[in-house]
Amino acid sequence: MGEDIIAAMKENVIQGRKTEEDEGIDEELTGPGVLELTKEALDKGISPQVIITEGLTAGMQVVGEKFSTKEYFIPDMLASAEAVGAAMDVLKPHLEASNVETKGKFAIATVQGDIHDIGKNIVSILLKGAGYEVHDLGIDVPTEKIVEFVREEKPQYLGLSALLTTTMVVMGNVIKALEESGLRDKVKVLIGGAAVSDEYASEIGADAYCVDGFDAVKVLDAYQ
Amino acid sequence: MPREGILVEKPYERMTREQVEQIHQASIEILSDPGLMSFNREAAEIFDGKGAEVTPVSPSDHPCWLVRIPEKVVIEALDSAPKTVKLGARNPENMLILDGEEPRVRFITGSETNIWLDVDFPTYVKKSDPATEIQVPEFHPRRGTVADLCKSAHVCEHLETVDGYIRTVNIQDRDITEENKDVNKYFASLNNNTKHFMSGLTSLKQLDNVVNMAKIIVGGEEELRENPIISFITCLVKSPLQFVEDTTDTFIEICRRGLPLVVSSSPQAGSTAPIKEAGIMAQINAEVLAGITLSQLVNKGTPVIYGSVPVRARMDTLGDSYGAVETSQYNVDCVQMARFYRIPNYSTAGVCDTKTPGQQASIERLFSDILVTLSGPQYLHCAYGLLDCNSVFCLLQAVLDDAHFQMIKFFLRPPRIDETEIAEVLKQIREVVTTPQKLYISYIRKVMRSGQLSPPYPFEGDGETDSVFKIAYDRMQELLEKPVEHIDKATTAKIFQEIPGLLPRLNVYEERR
Repeated sequence: MGEDIIAAMKENVIQGRKTEEDEGIDEELTGPGVLELTKEALDKGISPQVIITEGLTAGMQVVGEKFSTKEYFIPDMLASAEAVGAAMDVLKPHLEASNVETKGKFAIATVQGDIHDIGKNIVSILLKGAGYEVHDLGIDVPTEKIVEFVREEKPQYLGLSALLTTTMVVMGNVIKALEESGLRDKVKVLIGGAAVSDEYASEIGADAYCVDGFDAVKVLDAYQ
Repeated sequence: MPREGILVEKPYERMTREQVEQIHQASIEILSDPGLMSFNREAAEIFDGKGAEVTPVSPSDHPCWLVRIPEKVVIEALDSAPKTVKLGARNPENMLILDGEEPRVRFITGSETNIWLDVDFPTYVKKSDPATEIQVPEFHPRRGTVADLCKSAHVCEHLETVDGYIRTVNIQDRDITEENKDVNKYFASLNNNTKHFMSGLTSLKQLDNVVNMAKIIVGGEEELRENPIISFITCLVKSPLQFVEDTTDTFIEICRRGLPLVVSSSPQAGSTAPIKEAGIMAQINAEVLAGITLSQLVNKGTPVIYGSVPVRARMDTLGDSYGAVETSQYNVDCVQMARFYRIPNYSTAGVCDTKTPGQQASIERLFSDILVTLSGPQYLHCAYGLLDCNSVFCLLQAVLDDAHFQMIKFFLRPPRIDETEIAEVLKQIREVVTTPQKLYISYIRKVMRSGQLSPPYPFEGDGETDSVFKIAYDRMQELLEKPVEHIDKATTAKIFQEIPGLLPRLNVYEERR
């Protein structure tokens, strides 16, 4: 019975069905989605580790393979990641109760003066789907608020997003503020956005530049 | 079900109704004054017996008659010319029904070039960094052969947008002569392609052999009438305003057999037609009307197509300039004239001036491909693989052109806007604006898999290097590997038994022994 639920969960991750109301790629597939199946699995006493490794991660692995062979595209990847992210929200208290750590805490913000958030939102969905605990601080976030969050919540990773050449300079300000607060060595800073680059990341002292959400997953996984 | 092509819901027209009528009237005037010179005795006699004023011209090196055609004769011919022309195919699903009143475009190859362009991809090493290598295409022109024609027909069978096949290359093998060229070009094309096949005829003496070959393929005379798998291009009028002797003979004989044919005129604005738009339009229209009129005088009801290949002269060489913007203007105008007469139009696009594939080729051909397609010709020829005006055919370019036409066909899909769609998108908008991420991405998937989104450009590379040619070349090789739907063994044997002049090496069943 437990195996059936896990197999259905994996299949629904592949199909990108977060809830039973969602349509997957295969229109024949109906019934509970990843969210309902996760709750059902917990009710049946299946361990969160099994749910994550054999259901969610195994499903995402297939999604990744389909993406690399161009059978799947970004909307498919995002739908699956969103489903996994929703399951991770349900699993979070159970993981904490059983002292199981997530892949890490990741805070992300569009820096002050910039209101563009499409890229940031996609990065959030993908990282959450990849098993990170994501804290989205929003858009036009003041530098002080970002520093405060790092001090209080101690994320291992901080993602800074900016679309404009006029606002990308704020990323450097955030890094300086982290240095001045003695927090710079506590957090890896990743930057992304249309105007920035590898060179710019080096110039302002960021740890990495991520070209897109998939790159962000790769970069963070490499730190594991 | 015949091939659908693509319907242009609102065809692009350059001329006002008044201008169309002015061109028509000017053409009618031209046909009666100055009229046409006929170097063909029979044509002169036919016109003479049907109300035209025909007078011998002397002195002349060749017998010649001045033919003045009154308006009434032209109008009666236009009335009797069929408004719908059926072009059959070996595979009946590839049949084309051309309706002169419906701007539904079919994309056709063309058009009998002398030169075949081979492609290869030598590797170049960067001098300053020998570890860096790139592959750059090299193009090698040579005379076309019957093997090339087979290859081209085979690939065009598999190009999705190609609706019909005009032989792309002139066969110039050592064993090809004027006496056997026609049967071999028809057989090579028909044996490697199941779409409609159209061609010019090299020798009138071969007409019956070609028609008999078609009859054997479809099963008989009546079957060929029902499914005319072959048709003919005839340039019987040489610009300006001259019925040529030999092609007019061929034209008359094809009309007598009731097979579909194109009356094609190809004046060059600046040399064989006036440089002004009004002038070339009045003249080409007169030349085509003269041909259509003759077709109906020979055999009332002959399925005839209004063929237009107008082109502007280059000012530096006085050669043709298919890349000139005016060439597209003239072609669009001709489509409008044919629609005025409700006769299907054979139009021209996609030919470029440059000699090899590349940026200029892409710009010139896509420019005319889009504009002339939008005008809604029923039969758009010359569109695949032609370079250097009409001299060179490159199979790689034909593969590239297929992608252009896929994009154009997608663009011409009618808008999907109705009450159901509006209700659905309003629901989406209301839902998405309440979510934290405010993204519509989750709604893409169903649309993406329903075929409603245009596919990416098929020859896009992964990196920053332009890999278009290499990817298209690989695609071309894939197509060449696909199976060929040859004419069956028994029919092939009958054709080789009854049709003289066929090259034994074209018999794939004999070759396989």
